[in-house]
Amino acid sequence: MKKTAIAMATAAILGSSVALAGGHAKTVKLGVVLGFTGPAESLAESMARGAELAMKEVSASKLLLDSATVSHVRADSTCVDASAAAAAAERVIASDKVDAIIGALCSGATISILQNVAMPKGVLLFSPSATSPALSTLEDNDLFFRASPSDARQGQVISEVLQEKGIKSIAMTYTNNDYGKGLADSIQSNFEAAGGKVTINTPHEDGKGDYGAEVGALAQAGGDILVVVGYLDQGGKGIIQSSLDAGAFDQFFLPDAMIGDSLLQAIGPDLNGSIGTVPGTDSNGAQIYAELAKKDGFEAGPYSPEAYDAAALTLLAMQAANSKDSNAVKAKIFDVANAPGTKILPGELAKGLQILKDGGQIDYVGATAVELIGAGESSGSYREILVKDGENTTVRYR
Amino acid sequence: MTDFFNALTLLGNFLIIPGLTYGSQLALGALGVTLVYGVLRFSNFGHGETMAFGAMVTILVTWGLQSLGLSIQPLPTALLAIPVGILATVVLTLLIDRFVYRYHRERKANPVIFLIVSIGVMFFLGGLIRFIIGPGDQIFFDGTRFILKAREFKQMTGLNEGLSLKMTQAVTIITAVIIVAAMFWFLNHTRTGKSMRAYSDNENLALLSGINPDRVVLITWILVAALATIAGTLYGLDKSFKPFVYMQLLLPIFASAIVGGVGNPIGAIAGGYVIAFSELILTFAYKKVVLYLGPDNMELESLVQFLGTDYKIAVSFIILVIVLIIKPTGLFSGKTI
Repeated sequence: MKKTAIAMATAAILGSSVALAGGHAKTVKLGVVLGFTGPAESLAESMARGAELAMKEVSASKLLLDSATVSHVRADSTCVDASAAAAAAERVIASDKVDAIIGALCSGATISILQNVAMPKGVLLFSPSATSPALSTLEDNDLFFRASPSDARQGQVISEVLQEKGIKSIAMTYTNNDYGKGLADSIQSNFEAAGGKVTINTPHEDGKGDYGAEVGALAQAGGDILVVVGYLDQGGKGIIQSSLDAGAFDQFFLPDAMIGDSLLQAIGPDLNGSIGTVPGTDSNGAQIYAELAKKDGFEAGPYSPEAYDAAALTLLAMQAANSKDSNAVKAKIFDVANAPGTKILPGELAKGLQILKDGGQIDYVGATAVELIGAGESSGSYREILVKDGENTTVRYR
Repeated sequence: MTDFFNALTLLGNFLIIPGLTYGSQLALGALGVTLVYGVLRFSNFGHGETMAFGAMVTILVTWGLQSLGLSIQPLPTALLAIPVGILATVVLTLLIDRFVYRYHRERKANPVIFLIVSIGVMFFLGGLIRFIIGPGDQIFFDGTRFILKAREFKQMTGLNEGLSLKMTQAVTIITAVIIVAAMFWFLNHTRTGKSMRAYSDNENLALLSGINPDRVVLITWILVAALATIAGTLYGLDKSFKPFVYMQLLLPIFASAIVGGVGNPIGAIAGGYVIAFSELILTFAYKKVVLYLGPDNMELESLVQFLGTDYKIAVSFIILVIVLIIKPTGLFSGKTI
C-alpha cells in the first residue's frame, strides 16, 4: 500500500513536470510495448522497427516542437499474460518516463494496459494491431487509439465476400480467445442478418496434436465452406489438415490471422480455391513504406505499416498540440489523421511537421491509408484473397 | 440400403479408423508405463517425454536420410530411422536409471519417492528436447499420404460419404499389432521374459531362484525405450511432432494403463482402445448418422452430440475416476496403486 502511494505520488509529480515542459520540449520519448515473446512474437520485431522508423524520421527532421529528438524504449507486453503487460507499461512510464506508448500487440494485453496503467496515469496508448471489438466500447478517457480496424468490421467484410460468392451456409470454428470469439461472433451476426445460415460455431484449442474430433463435429453439421478463425501456425492449420484428410471440407475461408506463406507451404495444392481477407490497401503508401523499410534493413511484415502509422500519428499530433502532454495530444489525433488538409505519405513526415508548425492542416494517409472513425480506430480496408496455384492472390480491395 | 452404408461409412471415417489408430498409439504407450510399473514398481511420469525423445532422435535421423536422398516409398522414411531412435533412447533410459533410479532402488525407496523423482526426470527431458529441437511443430512425414482418398472412395462406391485411410493410420495399426504380438511371445515363451514375469510377481522368490535383478531391470528399460520410441514416432507421424503434445498425452496413457489394470500388459492394450473409443464416441456428433438411418424426410436441428469436443480430455479423467472408485485393479485385475 505504501509502495503504491509512493508510486502514485511520483507519477503525479512526473505528470505535472511533463505538462510544464509543454511546447519547449527538447526530447520526446515513446514506449514501444509489444508482444516480443508469446504466440505473436514473430510479428513483433518488424512492428517495433516500423514504429522506430517513424521516430527516426521525425528526429532527423528537427522540426518537432522545439527541435526535439525522439527516443524510444522497448518493453515486452507478451500476448497472453495481462499482468506482465501492465507491469511492462508501468515500468516504461514510471522509470523511463515515456510521453506515450505504442502498443500493445494483442487485444488482451492492450485491454490490460489501458485499464490498469494508461487510464490511471493519463498516458496516450496507440495500438498498431489490437482488433478486438471490445476495445471500441471500452471506457478510455479518449486516451486509446488504434491503427487497426475492429474485427466487427472484418466480420462485415467477410460476410459480404461470402454473400457475393453465393455461399448460403457456413460451418465455423474459432480459436478459443478474445480475438477468435470476437471475430466469429461478428461473422455470425453479419452473415445471419444477411440471410445466411451458420450450421455450427464452435471453439478449438490451440497446440493440440489431433483435431479429428473437432473436424468430426464440423463435418456432421455440414456447410458450403468452413470458416477457420484461427492461427496459421497453430490450431487453424491442424483443423484444415484434418478436414482435408477426412474429406470433410475442401474449401476454406481464411480471416486475417490465417493468411501467410507458412500455411500455403504446409497444406500444399489442396488449399487452392480457398478464399480469405486480410487488412490491406491499394494506396501507394504501402509500397513506399515497404521500400523505406527495406532501406532501413527490415522486412515490412504484417502490422508493421500500422506500427509506423501509430508512431507517426502520435508525433504529428504532438506537433499539432504543440505539447507532448497526452491530454493535449489526444485531442489532436483525429485532426491530423483525417481530412481536410495536405495528404502525407510515409517518408513525408518532415513535410507534415512543417505544415503543422506553420499552422496548416494535414490529412495523414501513411502506409495503411489510415482513416480514423468511432472511438479512434481505423475504418479498415481489406484485401480479398484467393488461393491460386499455391499463392495468395489479390482479388480486389474493399 | 444406401443410407445404411452411408451411415456406416461416416462412422468408419470419423470414428472407427481414427479410434483404432489413436487406440493403438495409446496402447503402445500404456504398455511401456505398465511394464515399468509391473517390474520396477513405480508410475513413470517421464514416459511421455521418453516418447518425445525417441521421436525426436528418429526425426533428426529421418532428416539426415532425406538429405542423403534415401527413402522407402511409399512408406515414410521415419520407419527406417526408428532403430537409431530406439538405440539412442535405450542409452538415455539406461543412463537415467544408472544415475537416478538405481540410487533409490538400492535404498528400497517408497514408490511415491520414485514417482516424484520421475516427475523430475520428466521436466529434465522436456527441457533437453526443447533445447535440441525447439518447442515448435515438426513435420517429418514423407511418402504417400493416402492409401484411400475420400473423394476416390465416393467415386468408387457411389455413396455420398467418403472414407479415407491415411498411410500413417495403416502403418500405426499394423505396427501396433506386430509389436503387441512380439511382446506377448517374448513375455510368455522366452527365458528372459519369464524371468521378468517372475520378478514382477514376487521379487524375493525370484531372487532366491537365481534370477539376476540387474539383468531384469536392464531388459525392462530396453523394452520400455523401444516401445516409447515406436509409440512416439507413430504418433508424430500420424499427427505432428510437438514436445508439448507428448506431455498432454501422458494423461490418456495413464488412464489406459489404469483402466486396463496397471502392471497387466493385456489390460494396457485393452485400456488403450477403451479410452480412445470412449473419447471419440462421447464427443462425436451423430447428426448425419441419425439423418441417414431415420425416416426419409426427417428434420434435425441439433448436432446429436453428448459432449462438446472440448471435453475430450475430460473423458479420460472421468473414466479414470470411475474405474478407481469401482474397480481399482482395473478391467483385467492388475495391481492396485
